[in-house]
Amino acid sequence: MAREYNKLICNKPEGRSMAIRWGSYAVKGLHDELIQTRGKPRPAASQLCQFLHGLSDKEIEEYKSASELAIKLMGITFTVYSDQDGGAIDRAWPFDIIPRVIDKREWKEVERGLIQRVKALNMFIADLYGQQKIVKDGVFPAELLKDSVNYRPQCVGVKPPQGVWAHICGSDLVRDKDGKFYVLEDNLRVPSGVSYMLENRQVMKRVFPEMFGNENILPIDDYASKLYDMLASLSPRKVAKPEVVVLTPGIYNSAYYEHSYLAQQMGAELVEGSDLTVGDDDCVYMRTIDGLKRVDVIYRRIDDLYLDPEAFLPESTLGVPGLLRAWKAGKVALANAPGAGVADDKVVYAYVPDFIRYYLKEEPLLPNVPTYRCIYKEEREYVLGHINELVVKPANESGGYGMLIGPQASEEEREKFRKLIKSNPRNYIAQPMLTLSTAPTMVGNRVEPRHLDLRPFILSGKETYVTTGGLTRVALRKGSTVVNSSQGGGSKDTWIVDTEGGN
Amino acid sequence: MLSRVANSLYWIGRYIERAENTARLVSVTNHLQLDLPKGIRPEWKRIVSILGYEELLDIKGIANDERQIMKFLIGDMDNPGSILSAMQSARENARTVRDVMPRESWEEINTLYQMAKSDAQKAYWPKNRHAYLQEIVRGAQTITGMLAGTMLHDESYQFIRLGRNLERADMTTRIIDVRSADLVPSSEHGLSPFENIQWMSVLKSLTGYQMYRRSVQEPVRRRDVLEFLFKERRFPRAILHCLGEIEGCAHSLTKNSLVVKRIREISQLVQQVDPGDLKQDDLHLLIDHLQLGLASIDDAVRETYFA
Repeated sequence: MAREYNKLICNKPEGRSMAIRWGSYAVKGLHDELIQTRGKPRPAASQLCQFLHGLSDKEIEEYKSASELAIKLMGITFTVYSDQDGGAIDRAWPFDIIPRVIDKREWKEVERGLIQRVKALNMFIADLYGQQKIVKDGVFPAELLKDSVNYRPQCVGVKPPQGVWAHICGSDLVRDKDGKFYVLEDNLRVPSGVSYMLENRQVMKRVFPEMFGNENILPIDDYASKLYDMLASLSPRKVAKPEVVVLTPGIYNSAYYEHSYLAQQMGAELVEGSDLTVGDDDCVYMRTIDGLKRVDVIYRRIDDLYLDPEAFLPESTLGVPGLLRAWKAGKVALANAPGAGVADDKVVYAYVPDFIRYYLKEEPLLPNVPTYRCIYKEEREYVLGHINELVVKPANESGGYGMLIGPQASEEEREKFRKLIKSNPRNYIAQPMLTLSTAPTMVGNRVEPRHLDLRPFILSGKETYVTTGGLTRVALRKGSTVVNSSQGGGSKDTWIVDTEGGN
Repeated sequence: MLSRVANSLYWIGRYIERAENTARLVSVTNHLQLDLPKGIRPEWKRIVSILGYEELLDIKGIANDERQIMKFLIGDMDNPGSILSAMQSARENARTVRDVMPRESWEEINTLYQMAKSDAQKAYWPKNRHAYLQEIVRGAQTITGMLAGTMLHDESYQFIRLGRNLERADMTTRIIDVRSADLVPSSEHGLSPFENIQWMSVLKSLTGYQMYRRSVQEPVRRRDVLEFLFKERRFPRAILHCLGEIEGCAHSLTKNSLVVKRIREISQLVQQVDPGDLKQDDLHLLIDHLQLGLASIDDAVRETYFA
């Protein structure tokens, strides 16, 4: 099959200037999502590559401006903070018109791996706030718990419905040069990005209806209804239509667009902390034009520490006084449960494969990025000996602070980190440098390879649901691996293509 | 429906109407200025006093200078009645309730704000002013039309409509009050052609001239104009019409007894009075009374639904 497509690609239709020539798109020393080797697309992407190859410069310009217009009209934005404009401003969502394609067969395996992983993570969180068997059995060291910034002693003893703590998880996946997917991290607090995944598809459908007609691209738009069903199933009151709300910190939060979008899609009320109050009966109420109305389920998009000034940071004005009390009394459901973030931490991450073996008696289907835990002598010795090949990360810092990138660091810096590791080994982990996969991305009206990752979302309630694909984020700067939209990252639609069924 | 959301919708209605009214007022004053004989210039400060921001103008030390006052009315963010700050407030409120409005109406509010912002400076000069003001009016009308034509006419919609009509009634009273008093210093120039122009400008400030002609078929006279602007239920900017709309909104909400009571008090007052018979001072007192009445409706709405 692939050879036939190649022939088509090499034949240049007469009288048109072709913009995208796969023959000059080089793939060297890494995995490209669409192109196997020079001029040879992967089977799942072959129709797409053929379609793109057939476009003239003018058509590409038209598609690009059509997608920009769609994004502007649909009002898809994210918020960035700017000193110049005195606060938060809305930016249009940067979007690349070339989708990322994954074969359905491969995706099914990833899906199984994610379900397994999130199941084990939830069992771990429940165990930590319960009997702590995993600590007693010596699989997870007790001292790591003491240092965890996301461990909430206030949650000990709570048993949320269905034993689930992390109802919504966003796991970041990357592919290394071997083409295998690895889990880079699990976001269990308030993972964001799913609205962009849904909107990207809407944009693509508006701009490229012809591509959707010719391929077996699996649909993704049942997410909001799955989310609603899962949330409604958590309701403490058994009523026909429980009151589900989305709790947002407000319009100045960078993910406000998403909060509003999801509320709209679920037909749920979008509330701020000041809209809610906890009564003497420990029930949560919202202030409506008809008076107080009971709330059953809160999909909260506020971090733990700001949720309830009575239980956590007293100075927080975003939260609801008494909310934790209401949750512990079982009068309201919170998703994700407070304290779920304890499993969302670089050191805990390193133990996830052990959790899977411990709780499920299974081997992990989806690998972690190999991680060396400096708390163990053997692994520490390896790190100290190979520091020039590794990335060293402190446990409780985020956003790349206090990190050492071994291959790029000076000998002085490496020596500094060797000392740091020796003096506080349990605060450090190390990982090999990965070469992230790339995908063809529009740069002007040509294609160039750009690095990307993938964030699927996993919903856990009575059943577990994984989004079909996820949010693909792409680093738009050449050579960069920073995919955050606030730092020059963009996104692509993610296609799970069925190459077996249909045409 | 959340009280906070209802409150935001109500203010979206008010702010968009405010931006539109300010634009109309400035536009008409500009036209009027061109018709007046040499030596008589409308005091630009008059518009500021219609809007009730004289004090702010004085604090800012702004003189009776066309360009400075245009800046104050169009682009000054310190002035909550300026077109730009009204549009910004409308947009900020709309952002927090995007989930209850049709997507395209949010988009339209956003677009109008962006235009109001990027073109404000151009409108400080007479040459571009008309086009700018026209765009504001057109944009505000588009938003109103889109909401009427695409939004579920549920409680959310009623709060927007309530805000719009309350703001509109308030503006009509303000325009009558100031414009009927001394737009043109009449003692020296007591010429009837200019008095006629003056009353025409009152009508035009409310886009009511043409409709007045169709409805009244009499010359433009103080008595008839006042009667028209107070009581013509068929004219959308007449006080009684606005009160009727407000009452209609209140009827579709629960717990409306206090709000309806306040509305009826004012409607009765408007129906009973003959504004054309009143001397200027008494007219002014009546309008003061009406404005307090409108404020009492606002209070009742706030206490009942937003608290």
